[in-house]
Amino acid sequence: MSDVVRLEFRNVSMRFVEATGQSLTAVAGVSFSVRDGEVVSLIGPSGCGKSTLLNIGSGLYAPSEGEAYVDGERVEGPNAHVAFMLQKDLLLPWRTIVENVMLGVEIQGLPITERKRRAQALLENLGLAEFLDRYPHQLSGGMRQRVALARTLAVDPTVLLLDEPFSAVDAQTRIVLQRELAQTLKRAAKTALLITHDLLEAVTLSDRVLVMSRRPGRIIDEIQVDLPGRDDPIARRHEARVNDYVSRLMDRLDIGHDSLNTAGASA
Amino acid sequence: MNSAAKNSLIRKGSAASVVLLIVFLAAWQWGPGLLGIPSFIVPPLSMVYDEFFRMLHVNHLMTHTAITAAEVLAGFVIGSLLGAFIGYVLGMSPTAEFALSPYILALQIAPKVAFAPLFIMWMGFTVYPKILVAILIVFFPIMVNVLSAIRTVDPDLINLARAFKATRAQIFWKIEFPASMPPLFAGLRIGSTLAVVGVVVGELVGGNMGLGYLLSFGEGQANTPMVFVTILMLTLVGAVAYLAVIVIEQRVLHYLPTRAFGGV
Ligand SMILES: Nc1ncnc2c1ncn2[C@@H]1O[C@H](COP(=O)(O)OP(=O)(O)OP(=O)(O)O)[C@@H](O)[C@H]1O
Ligand SMILES: [Mg+2]
Repeated sequence: MSDVVRLEFRNVSMRFVEATGQSLTAVAGVSFSVRDGEVVSLIGPSGCGKSTLLNIGSGLYAPSEGEAYVDGERVEGPNAHVAFMLQKDLLLPWRTIVENVMLGVEIQGLPITERKRRAQALLENLGLAEFLDRYPHQLSGGMRQRVALARTLAVDPTVLLLDEPFSAVDAQTRIVLQRELAQTLKRAAKTALLITHDLLEAVTLSDRVLVMSRRPGRIIDEIQVDLPGRDDPIARRHEARVNDYVSRLMDRLDIGHDSLNTAGASA
Repeated sequence: MNSAAKNSLIRKGSAASVVLLIVFLAAWQWGPGLLGIPSFIVPPLSMVYDEFFRMLHVNHLMTHTAITAAEVLAGFVIGSLLGAFIGYVLGMSPTAEFALSPYILALQIAPKVAFAPLFIMWMGFTVYPKILVAILIVFFPIMVNVLSAIRTVDPDLINLARAFKATRAQIFWKIEFPASMPPLFAGLRIGSTLAVVGVVVGELVGGNMGLGYLLSFGEGQANTPMVFVTILMLTLVGAVAYLAVIVIEQRVLHYLPTRAFGGV
């Protein structure tokens, strides 16, 4: 991990105009940065603007105020430095697994042989070598999420934005997938921002956890996770101090609720 | 469903179908006589059978069938292409949809077959007015299905493609167009049967060609068996069109999980 900043939000605010014509402030004055190779989790109550931040980071939304930077460049639209993965796998049912993984590189115009090579290598790493030519409906939910991860990695982004990637899979599969993600991130030395509601997932997978308040979302705390083995979340689960971190996050989220009642009234 | 259970279902189902067919044909042959229904109301099977061969020689049945089939094919293909094309254009341009929707709605509500006399006045006793009625009637279900398919593509899928820096054309060809295939084929199935309706109405209204003409000719002669034969031939034309759509659909939509017996 170096000190190069890969992802940065500077004083980002986002207002939406609702159907009723009222404006809604989803996030307000958010600033943070993620260094090269770092995995940072973002937690906060539902509706506090986590996904909004992810959309700003991936260039799909333009922030109302402030700006986002990826690799030192201001984000002004979708760009090849970032790739995202959502709770929904978003696999295209008419494409085989390997074709799904190639979607991004195909759009970006890589030669077909290189596309194939990358997709196959990624799928093999994720234990899906036998499934290259299957269709998504023939795979389990956990396997489909793995394919989605491979598709995200195939474009070789420097920053991965992950929005509750495992919240739709069963608890046991989730643990396996968490370990695969952790190992993959470590091996490829990727930088990642992970949105999650699972506090244990946040602690076991990341170097740092950012806590957001209720809407309008602000960063209200930042916790450095000083535990060994970021590439092995299963081993990390056995660390005694994991519970301390989790309870601290729970506390912080409660404080978030309280501060909302005052902050929300004035917004 | 495992394959053994599936096979046994197929076997039992086909056996039942065959039995049903035999019962139906027997009832047709002897039912009218037993119930005292005169043969000019419901002619027994054997009479219809004989009439079929008589019509083959005397009335050029196959020529008329071929004309109707060709009109159905032309109307269906042109109507589908137009419907799909306009559906995609409107789907990609909300402004165009907004501007055109009142007219489209009005045309959709208007009974399309009512245009048949008008088209015949315009184009005379040719094949063209019949094809035109078929085009008009086929157009709407396909356009509506394509339009709503484009409208309902998961926005997250579009965003996924956008995040990979896809151009508008790439989003269309890689996401929207393939996503519209199942509803397009649902529209094509409906369209294939409607095309026959459009053509027959056109032929009934004017001209001396096609199965629709034979229908009114048979009616004029009070030849009930002839009307029966013609209805059967029309059903055959419709069935072939429908099956053709299904065969193509199964090739195009091969990636969908096989529906047990939603087949037809
Ligand atoms: N495109 C949009 N138009 C209008 N309002 C939006 C839009 N996107 C998000 N919002 C609003 O912004 C707020 C934050 O939404 P966001 O999806 O970022 O929350 P979140 O923190 O990801 O929540 P969750 O944990 O439930 O996923 C919500 O109130 C939401 O209704
Ligand atoms: Mg969200």
